[in-house]
Amino acid sequence: MKKELIRLVDCTMAFDGEIVLNAINLTIHNKEFLTLLGPSGCGKTTTLRIIGGFETPTSGSVLFDGVRINEVPPHKRRVNTVFQKYALFPHLNVFENVAFGLRIPQSVPVTEGGKTRQKKVRLQEAEIGQRVQDALELVGLKGYHRRRVHQLSGGQQQRVAIARAIVNRPQVLLLDEPLGALDLKLRKEMQHELKEIQQQVGITFVYVTHDQEEALTMSDTVVVMNQGNIQQIGTPVDIYNEPVNAFVADFIGESNIIQGVMHRDNDVSFAGKRFLCVDSGFDPDQPVDVVIRPEDVRLTAPKDGQLRGTVNSVTFKGVFYEIYVDVGELEWMVHSTAAPKVGDEVGLCLTPEDIHVMDRPDLFPEGAEALTIEDIDPEPDFEDKYVDEEPPEAEL
Amino acid sequence: MRRSRVPGRVLQALVAVFLYAPILVLIFFSFNSDKSRVSFKGFTLDWYKRLFENEQVLSALSLTLILALLSALIATVIGTVSAVGIYNMKKRPRKILLALNNVPVVNPDIITGVSLMLVFVLFVTFLRSLGVGAGLGFTTLLIAHVTFNIPYVILSVLPKLRQLNKNTYEAALDLGANPLRAYMRVILPEIMPGVVSGAIIAFTMSIDDFLISYFTTGTSVQTLPMRIYSMTRKRVSPEINALSTLMFVTVLALLIIINILQARDQKKKERRL
Repeated sequence: MKKELIRLVDCTMAFDGEIVLNAINLTIHNKEFLTLLGPSGCGKTTTLRIIGGFETPTSGSVLFDGVRINEVPPHKRRVNTVFQKYALFPHLNVFENVAFGLRIPQSVPVTEGGKTRQKKVRLQEAEIGQRVQDALELVGLKGYHRRRVHQLSGGQQQRVAIARAIVNRPQVLLLDEPLGALDLKLRKEMQHELKEIQQQVGITFVYVTHDQEEALTMSDTVVVMNQGNIQQIGTPVDIYNEPVNAFVADFIGESNIIQGVMHRDNDVSFAGKRFLCVDSGFDPDQPVDVVIRPEDVRLTAPKDGQLRGTVNSVTFKGVFYEIYVDVGELEWMVHSTAAPKVGDEVGLCLTPEDIHVMDRPDLFPEGAEALTIEDIDPEPDFEDKYVDEEPPEAEL
Repeated sequence: MRRSRVPGRVLQALVAVFLYAPILVLIFFSFNSDKSRVSFKGFTLDWYKRLFENEQVLSALSLTLILALLSALIATVIGTVSAVGIYNMKKRPRKILLALNNVPVVNPDIITGVSLMLVFVLFVTFLRSLGVGAGLGFTTLLIAHVTFNIPYVILSVLPKLRQLNKNTYEAALDLGANPLRAYMRVILPEIMPGVVSGAIIAFTMSIDDFLISYFTTGTSVQTLPMRIYSMTRKRVSPEINALSTLMFVTVLALLIIINILQARDQKKKERRL
């Protein structure tokens, strides 16, 4: 088992009385690539800022190597951050940006005549130079050290930000949607590079994103969050194949979520039919959510299908067609390489393994407002608190 | 339909004449060899020479420059620190403080001058009652100038702070800098253009001031504008034309520097986009 590095215990965060994080518990292991995934305002950035030391939780503890660090300021933590908008220092060139952390004198305990005292030590210029060059090479920016920051493209600035953080050899690197501002192709490249960098330097990465594909591609562990709560923690495969509730199922990939009733083990009914399934352990006749991935539905001739419907729309998506089929009261999404015509009658077929039955969460706890999945907007995350409140004023 | 441009041009010319003609007349007559203020008799630099031989004018000039430099320096330090403080405040107290900051800017100088004088007199009387010799003079003048300069520095630095990426300061902390180092190494260089133009504005405001200085100085200490004023009480000597020309040129030069700085800053920003 991997060594535990960071642990959040019952961490609650409230801004002006509004709860942003609701008593979350999270363990981050050494050398792990962990992703905090969730829609805008789910608390993922706040969690990252708590680990970085920029926010102190309203209640609960943050443990680093078993030591409580709630009150330790950011500049004394062995954690470095790559910020969403890079936050490079524009007045310094690439070299000096990366060297910034190395130029800060470090307190080192020195034993002199039996007494131990703290002494400020500066790194030698030669060592700084070497480490900066190594870091720039690692992120593929060898030879760029003399450039001004504003002469670099977005992707290059991102790399400088990563180099500037890892050159300090932190135990944990925090990344706050670092690829959010890049175009799709560059983002894909950077995903692989980030993963490679993480394996090369062998440190823990805690990565925040709202992009489920990014999370599945890079992570060892994915933490799905919503409305200040952790929904599920697991490997990408677990999260995709065994979502614990309809929210996770819907957020990770596309899903059809249908309300049904679990009569007994391996026997569920939905869409007006009874189906054989592989799930068990529910109360008799318990209301449940049934999740079916669009790629698991097979289209057949109408007479061969377990369900019948009319094709409402067909959209070409490259590898497959996205087809919406009207099945009585519900519209199903189906991914298929075959393209029926709009208005065609089709049959839908499911195998027992395709049917995922899950507890229907109590979406209407006492006094709480109704929450539906449609309310959640998985759009780029500028968590309101960190957005500038005012536009800059005109100059004098 | 194309409208004639003539009326606009005429208006522009009139505005320019009204604005600059008096100054041009002044500069013109500063080179007049005759004492007359009506007829030009020939070119001379005599008045400038006489000016630099005038002990009283020279001491007033050096006092004004020292006062302007010192007050600009002190006001820039206090103003910059205050701007950072105001920037980090919560919205409501910040709004209130900014409104208060604008009061001295719009307040008539004469009121600022009289009220400062009252405070100084009160304080000096108190010190004298303790047996400490004190009076109005350079110190009170300096305090007064620092006081009216601070708001201009704040107004010049704040917009620069607002332009900062909010994460820049956090990034410096994150890399291990303590808050002081983060401000000195990262925030200060970023807001430097605002700090410099604030200092220059403060410097020119200080040179320019007559009213507040008049009320807050003692009998022995005279700034240049006060010196000029007392010289004109007898008659306007061409020396004053020469002196005023020099002051105008100095202030103009500083204004040009501010403009160049701002233009350069603007260009830098555009390149960054």
